[in-house]
Amino acid sequence: MSFHDGKSINKSKRLAQNAAFVIFRGLSFAVVAILVIILAFIIFRGISVISWEFLTEMPRDGMTAGGIFPAIVGTFCLVVGSMLFAFPVGVMSGIYMNEYLKDGWFKRFIKLMTNNLAGVPSIVFGLFGMALFVNRFGFGDSILAGSLTLGLLALPVVIRTTEESLKAIDDSFRVGSLALGATKWQTTSRVILPIAFPNIITGLILSVGRVSGETAPILFTVAAYFLPRLPNSIFDQVMALPYHLYVISTSGTNIEASRAMAYGTAFILILIILIVNLLANWLRKYFAKRVKMN
Amino acid sequence: MYNTDSKEKEYSIQTKDVHLHYGDFHALKGINIAMRKNQVTAFIGPSGCGKSTFLRCFNRMNDLIDNVRIEGDIFIDDVDIYKTNIQVDDLRKHVGMVFQKPNPFPKSIFENVAYGLRVNGTSDKNFVQERVERSLRQAALWDEVKDKLKKSAFELSGGQQQRLCIARALAIEPSVVLMDEPASALDPISTAKIEELIYELKKDYTIVIVTHNMQQAGRVSDSTAFFYLGELVEFAKTKTLFTSPRDQRTQNYITGRFG
Repeated sequence: MSFHDGKSINKSKRLAQNAAFVIFRGLSFAVVAILVIILAFIIFRGISVISWEFLTEMPRDGMTAGGIFPAIVGTFCLVVGSMLFAFPVGVMSGIYMNEYLKDGWFKRFIKLMTNNLAGVPSIVFGLFGMALFVNRFGFGDSILAGSLTLGLLALPVVIRTTEESLKAIDDSFRVGSLALGATKWQTTSRVILPIAFPNIITGLILSVGRVSGETAPILFTVAAYFLPRLPNSIFDQVMALPYHLYVISTSGTNIEASRAMAYGTAFILILIILIVNLLANWLRKYFAKRVKMN
Repeated sequence: MYNTDSKEKEYSIQTKDVHLHYGDFHALKGINIAMRKNQVTAFIGPSGCGKSTFLRCFNRMNDLIDNVRIEGDIFIDDVDIYKTNIQVDDLRKHVGMVFQKPNPFPKSIFENVAYGLRVNGTSDKNFVQERVERSLRQAALWDEVKDKLKKSAFELSGGQQQRLCIARALAIEPSVVLMDEPASALDPISTAKIEELIYELKKDYTIVIVTHNMQQAGRVSDSTAFFYLGELVEFAKTKTLFTSPRDQRTQNYITGRFG
């Protein structure tokens, strides 16, 4: 028996390897296939209602006709509002945790709490938002209350991506800056943050995707069942895409008649999230390039 | 706070009975040394002997590590740098440092050198411009980069990056420059350039260099200190230390019997 006669006493190990790869490949394809099927299903059922009118008009006739314009605007307001809250708070917490806080029980405690916050079911955020923002602070059902609730939901993701982005940066940059007489804050703001920025932005935008699709947190804090007008202030209620989808699928006046509208809404929601993700990708590359040039 | 009128004072760095502990580990055991102004002092010794740790005491970089305890006194230009009223950022402006691996910032060549000036509050454009050029000239890099100052520092070779880091350290006009194995990651030609540079720089600066390379210590330094197991075994004129060491351990190390 020699290694070049083509015979192997250990045929079974190759067989095992081939079998493993076939299974892994099959499962990966299955994942892709499931996604494609979902998308195809929604596009197929929803594409017929997509039109300029659908995007720009108010819903009519018990939400069986017209468009979803107020829901698009509402979702946009909520996403922007929640990010205005979650971005500064989350990024600053992430900076504090990675750059300032020394390892120890306190840091472990904060980390544990942040991770737990990420695991809280979104309906619980909704209840909390209703109790605190709507009732206690007296904001009522409003964009403000809904944005803050969604912002809380996005917070752990923003904190964690900020922290991870900072952690990935080599310490030699920090040490090099400190050795030149820079303070810790100068080091963080002038050297470390610009390097981490592309990744922080990506994390932020991905959380936008998450926030724009959430239903439970806005249920008791902002979302309107039917409100065919645009908001005037942050204390107004709005319609929102995911809740609108829920309403016309389950509790509309004529569910059968609004079926196509529901798929159309789902299509727009997925499209928005897809665009946001592509934007995240593009921004990350754009900023990564800029950091190197400057 | 610091006496920058450097020619007057004989010693730039003096230490008295410096002990350093990392947790339970006794890394430096009572080091007394006095290094002259405008001289190059080399620290040699096997890995783990404490030479880099000792070097990092001079700009208090060890402060960044948890669990470090330092006893004894370190004077730089007659200032006790571990006294409570010392601001470390002032100290580090006065005592520059070049690291083992070139670590330019992801900024332009110009901004890398200007960084130290900017963080120390200099905003006068012409002044920054002049100082950047002068520092790059001092680091023997100006001719190679003068046409691409706006380009990323990452486009430079490893040797050029290290000279950029030297220029960056010089731009804020320190009195002492610490170099922690500055050429160990570089090819022989780049190493030779750095060594030439060190020789030039001692006119204006006091230089302390940690090196694993004994030939390098022999070429660039005026005095050499040999460290072993956290102790300063021998400190003498470089020529004396390499030709007639007093201590058996120094003798063993420089003849290659351990290390």
